[in-house]
Amino acid sequence: MSPTAGKLEGRHFRSRNATQTAAFIFLGACVLLILVPVIYIIVYTIVNGAGAISWDFLTQLPKQRGLQGGIFSAIVGSFYLMVGVVVFALPVGIMAAIYLHEYARQGPLVRLINLSIVNLAGVPSIVYGLFGLSFFVLMLKMGSSLLAASLTLSCMALPVVVTASREALATVPNSYREGSLALGASRWQTIVRVVLPQAWPGILTGLVLAVSRAAGETAPILITGTAFTAILPTSLFDQFNALPYHLYVVATQIPNMPKSTQWGITLVLLVMVLLFNLTAIILRIRLRAQRKKWGL
Amino acid sequence: MVLAAAGWMTVVILVLIMIMLFVEGLPILAVTNPFSFLFTSQWYPVSDPPVFGILSLIIGSLMITATALVIAIPLGIGAAAFLAEIAPPPVREAIKPVIELLSGIPSIVLGFIGFLLLAPAIQRIFNLDSGLNGLTAGILLAFMCLPTIVSISEDALSAVPREYKEASLALGATRWQTIYRVLIPAARPGIVASVMLGMGRAIGETMTVLMVSGGRLAIPSFITDPMSAMTGRIAIEINNAVFGGLQYQALFAIGIVLFLITFAINLVADLVLEKQRRRYA
Repeated sequence: MSPTAGKLEGRHFRSRNATQTAAFIFLGACVLLILVPVIYIIVYTIVNGAGAISWDFLTQLPKQRGLQGGIFSAIVGSFYLMVGVVVFALPVGIMAAIYLHEYARQGPLVRLINLSIVNLAGVPSIVYGLFGLSFFVLMLKMGSSLLAASLTLSCMALPVVVTASREALATVPNSYREGSLALGASRWQTIVRVVLPQAWPGILTGLVLAVSRAAGETAPILITGTAFTAILPTSLFDQFNALPYHLYVVATQIPNMPKSTQWGITLVLLVMVLLFNLTAIILRIRLRAQRKKWGL
Repeated sequence: MVLAAAGWMTVVILVLIMIMLFVEGLPILAVTNPFSFLFTSQWYPVSDPPVFGILSLIIGSLMITATALVIAIPLGIGAAAFLAEIAPPPVREAIKPVIELLSGIPSIVLGFIGFLLLAPAIQRIFNLDSGLNGLTAGILLAFMCLPTIVSISEDALSAVPREYKEASLALGATRWQTIYRVLIPAARPGIVASVMLGMGRAIGETMTVLMVSGGRLAIPSFITDPMSAMTGRIAIEINNAVFGGLQYQALFAIGIVLFLITFAINLVADLVLEKQRRRYA
């Protein structure tokens, strides 16, 4: 190789490396442009909302259209919704996952169920709201109620629970099932006593995520059961208040609402939802560590 | 038996959603035809006689979604490439949960923050009459679809067989050239699917759009105009509509349009993902 060629090559390599450095900086900037706003939002909400949080704010019913008093009715309503999703979506979701993973034979029918799961997950929340209104509220005559809203949110949560439960079942090694069957256990005993306990943390992760999503939803409950009220629901057929709905009304429809109260509600909602998400993330990390230990 | 019933529950719900939307929404065709419903922009649901044209809502939804994608596609794919190929494992394990947290932030919270923080900033920067417009909505929606785009694209990039990367590096390509010329093309179906799913999320997003898009009912000429989206319109009007009345039917008909759009997007995205899975199975 002549000296000139070497120099040219060197320059070529340098420019290649410069391009690579520039590209890597760009990619890193992409990550920062996502991370910084997220962290900013969380920190800003904490800084502006922390002042409004007090024991009274959390445990008093709202007075004067939320201008005074606390947000207890909204917290209670959101809690009931989450319980509703656990009660309705969890058993159906787990049973569906058991059917799909342990019993159903792969074929066009299972493919159809898979497709419906994927598509349900993509239906816009407002369309779930319309469905809930026409089906639960009007057709089944539940009225605008806690029950109708919980069932609507449970329909939304179902694909998440089924998918997570199925993945959890898939991680249980087949040798466990074979071992149990070989000891004379029935198929059902094997699933209930051996497979489900092993899969439980994974199922729980999906459930926690589904519940947190349901707790943050506004559009579906807006048209199936919420009311801007200080009255706690006493039956499944009562209207109710919920945190995201309370924030929506307070931020858009009540004039002279103090900013600190609005940020306070935002903070409570954000903390609640993010705690659920963090729980799911921690569960998943621990699961992964455990699986590594098993050599899976 | 019970298990099978539970297994079919998702199919049942999907079919019920379709039936209810069509039963409640299609009767609107008695007073309007599909063409004028979709392609005229006069929306006077409570005047006498009422007029139902949703073109301005469709264009509003599309403009906001397009803005969101213009921002989210480069950011999302860039971040996915960084996480899959460049970040050392500890950094990756630290960043991924934060991006997951983003997907956990409720849309009402993003809307509220956009309303109080982003809208005034956009108003100042672009010197507008109001910060509540399509651009503000689009930026916020970009953040709603980013977690989907990043996580699915990253999965797709990580699923490309090692040999591809090793062969490229062995031929003397730099890591960047390998990412750009080998890995991204090889993962393209997965990346395309991630963008489609992100688009489905953006077009169906309701509360954020409702709070920050401005709510004007006219065909927007520019992205910084105030505008309305299909989702937001349903949320605003449905509680005031008489059950079974014409306005109620028209809002369900908008629901049908939304449902069909997202259904098509998800179906195609799923087929594309399936193709990707088979390619490297």
